[in-house]
Amino acid sequence: MRVLVVKFPGTNCDYDVIEALRKVPATYPELMWYRDAEPRGYDVVVLPGGFSYADRLRAGAIAAKSPLVERLQDYVEGGGLVLGICNGFQILVEAGLLPGSFLVNDSLRFICKWVNLRVENALTPFTCLFSEGQVIKMPIAHKEGHFYAGELSTDLVRSKRAVLRYSTRNGSITNIANPNGSDYSIAALIDTTGRVLGIMPHPERAVDPLLSQDGSVDGLLLFLSIKAWLGG
Amino acid sequence: MRAGSLAPTSLTAHEVEEVRRRLGREPTEVELAIFEATWSEHCSYKSSKHLLALLPTSGRRVVVGPGYDAGVVDVGEGYVVSIHIESHNHPSAIDPYGGAATGVGGVVRDILSVGTRPIALLNSLRFGKLENAHSKWLFSNVVRGIADYGNCIGVPTVAGEVEFDESFERNCLVDVVCIGVGRREELILAEAREPGSIILVVGNYTGRDGIRGASFASRPLDGEDDRSAVQIPDPFLEKLLIDATLEAVERRLLLAVKDLGGGGLATALAEIACKGGAGIDADLSKVHLRESDMQPTEVLLSESQERMIFVVRTEVLKQVTDILEKYEVPFSIIGVVTSDRILRFRWYGKIVAEVPVWAAVEAPIQERVVQTVHQFSRANTTLRPSTPDLHEAFFKVLSSPNVASKRYVFEQYDHEVGVRTVVKPGDGDSAVLKLPNGRFLSVKVDGDPQKCHLDPYMGAMNVASEACRNIVCTGAEPIAAVDHLQFGNPDDEDVFWSFYQTIRGLTDYFSTIGVPIVGGKVSFYNEDSTTRRAIKPTPVIAAIGLAPTHDSVTTMSLKTEGDALLVIGETSAELGGSEYYRVVHGIEQGQVPFVDPRLDLRIFGAVLTLARVGALKAAHDCSRGGFGATLAEMCVSGSLGTTIDLSSLPRVGELRLDELLFSEGRTRIVVEVPKKQIGFAASVFERYRVPYGLIGTVGGRTLRILYDDRTIIEAGLDELENAFEKPIPNMMGG
Repeated sequence: MRVLVVKFPGTNCDYDVIEALRKVPATYPELMWYRDAEPRGYDVVVLPGGFSYADRLRAGAIAAKSPLVERLQDYVEGGGLVLGICNGFQILVEAGLLPGSFLVNDSLRFICKWVNLRVENALTPFTCLFSEGQVIKMPIAHKEGHFYAGELSTDLVRSKRAVLRYSTRNGSITNIANPNGSDYSIAALIDTTGRVLGIMPHPERAVDPLLSQDGSVDGLLLFLSIKAWLGG
Repeated sequence: MRAGSLAPTSLTAHEVEEVRRRLGREPTEVELAIFEATWSEHCSYKSSKHLLALLPTSGRRVVVGPGYDAGVVDVGEGYVVSIHIESHNHPSAIDPYGGAATGVGGVVRDILSVGTRPIALLNSLRFGKLENAHSKWLFSNVVRGIADYGNCIGVPTVAGEVEFDESFERNCLVDVVCIGVGRREELILAEAREPGSIILVVGNYTGRDGIRGASFASRPLDGEDDRSAVQIPDPFLEKLLIDATLEAVERRLLLAVKDLGGGGLATALAEIACKGGAGIDADLSKVHLRESDMQPTEVLLSESQERMIFVVRTEVLKQVTDILEKYEVPFSIIGVVTSDRILRFRWYGKIVAEVPVWAAVEAPIQERVVQTVHQFSRANTTLRPSTPDLHEAFFKVLSSPNVASKRYVFEQYDHEVGVRTVVKPGDGDSAVLKLPNGRFLSVKVDGDPQKCHLDPYMGAMNVASEACRNIVCTGAEPIAAVDHLQFGNPDDEDVFWSFYQTIRGLTDYFSTIGVPIVGGKVSFYNEDSTTRRAIKPTPVIAAIGLAPTHDSVTTMSLKTEGDALLVIGETSAELGGSEYYRVVHGIEQGQVPFVDPRLDLRIFGAVLTLARVGALKAAHDCSRGGFGATLAEMCVSGSLGTTIDLSSLPRVGELRLDELLFSEGRTRIVVEVPKKQIGFAASVFERYRVPYGLIGTVGGRTLRILYDDRTIIEAGLDELENAFEKPIPNMMGG
């Protein structure tokens, strides 16, 4: 699988995503500067986390206006997959590829910690190696992570487009387990085509058993899912 | 500050006379500005140099020692690790958010200056009492400043310490440590060696912010006009600067890189010329400016952030400028390296300064004489205040902000980016990072002004011992350290004597255990702006260590029901500077714990032996808060209880219960060992001749501390967790 990892000015998880993808069999990640990046010919485009353009205006707002991101709509219609992680998710929302918007965390502070996530939908290219209802673990690291979509949020949950939701260890959705105040504890969201995923937690930080408290590699499973979905 | 209205020089009359003597003529205004920067205490170490020379700085692993932007040690398989420490005390006292943020930026550029990739940040923070509104304001904004800067540039903040004490109310301490990693053959030094090579100023536009920052740091705070000496942070540009510099380093295009820090261009250019045995001819009017009407002295002394010097060969200039343009990093070509060992600065072509490099760099040493201070009674009082209710005292100590969990702080830092953080903040005595050579690097920073205030010599030994102990508790062997020595006004005999005692303590400790000090800083003039009282002497030590494999890496959390707990090292009645004395008795006196570096070496050897064979399930040192707090932290971290018996603690003399529970001396480590390995552990301890005791068993949902059959403390895990986790969030309003 050919993966294009895009670096904007201020992107800082690019290296981590490349390292994670190197663990996936027969996968060829390429890092490209946003001005040089052309999605055509790639199976997947990844927008990694970071602080593109220093979150000026709103997180992701400026990168969303780049020619590359504007071309993603066509790329997705042509069958391509797009994964936006953290700031990448914010960019996809700003670009209109995913609905909703992001507010500052309820604590008003940046939060970095491991969270539990309940898989709501295991029929997507990004989650097909999980099972519905399974609880997985990944770290979050963001200041503007409160997903807000008003009344639409109810539909997003009902239609299972809210692919992952923050939960307790046992899979209960509670206020305490919601780290940032997101609507319905939404942590990851897929578009109507089922080919664009925005995810607030960092799967690339959950690919090495040495780096997670319990030896889990749920982030790697997300990348392996993409490979499995695309076949062979 | 208006153009041309620079304050009169901060050089003394004697120093101005010395400038005249060296030049053989009257200096120009620009020349005086150069000397003011390079001869400031901050840049020249003129008061401390002769004493700093005592510290042990060499060792098998040392690649670059003190004197460069960062120390560098070999970690094997062709890789090196770099480390540097900086403080931004004065700027943070005035503008906590910007001051702390720019402190991070500066130390990261120091790591880039040796051609290494920054992979971790640590910080050591000191404020007044947290009950105080001003302290809260400083604390929350310093943490936010560090978080916003470090998070944005994608360098994880992995470890640190925070302390609250009255003496830092007006002069907070903000120390930042950065760790880098690189290939040994890609190292570069900040030396301008090749005449004809090109000098570029890269990064931010030079403005009037931070002018005379170095001289600002070299005197006490006085309020009014200090704000203009604080710089404005731009982490976004720093991130682009990091990416551009690392790409140029990886493609081997740079001869030298140098951070523009204290003393701005004046100091940086003088230093690279001096180290390279060359001269420099630069036109200051070519520097890209934020404000067009700046004067040459302002350009020379500006400490605008996110700027570096690149030195490159003419043949690769185009490739370097292409990289800078790709990342949209502003730059200007300002001059060339010459062979005449003269600093020659021009302004629109006309020479405005011409100074021999040696004259600028070699500041006249102020060899202060260390006075013997006879009356140093704080440490010698033999106190034995009456024993309070132990249960109550235990919780008071555990929930003191100095002991309680710093989760409020480290959850604001991205400590995961880079995907190297194996032992994360709060999980171990230090943070552990995975290195590209497959080894594991343990990093920690520590200070203990309470003890240094009572006995600067023994206090410094305690700080050094604690930093190394924390490394050992994660299963790593200490390999290098950097120091940052923060004191009041060196003109004060008491202050300078403390400074000397501190250096003696560090020297005695580190030479005995064979760990080199590869870099450091000195910061004087830390005193309260209103009372003029000096801060407590605060040497801060950042230590790094190596673990060969992941199997050796250990955390503090209790792991398995039924395992044995042992303590290594003796408990003493030396309660001077303990948290117990501070929060329960309000006493700032007493004997500081004795440190025997030879015993430390044996204790480290014993613990590391257990770690290497996989017998060390958990380890945690007894420091702030004492034995009781150590156990509580191990329980909370592992969500497991334990029952232990104080009567099994090895001790020095007869001790009371409060002394057993709260003493912070001496070097002691609590270890968890599988039951079937107790015999093996005992034989290791005996072989290493270290005192030890089998104190209890892991298990249950409560921490029970007994003395023989008497229950002294009994607390459930939830109760402990509340007492440990809640205090700081509660005081900071959630």
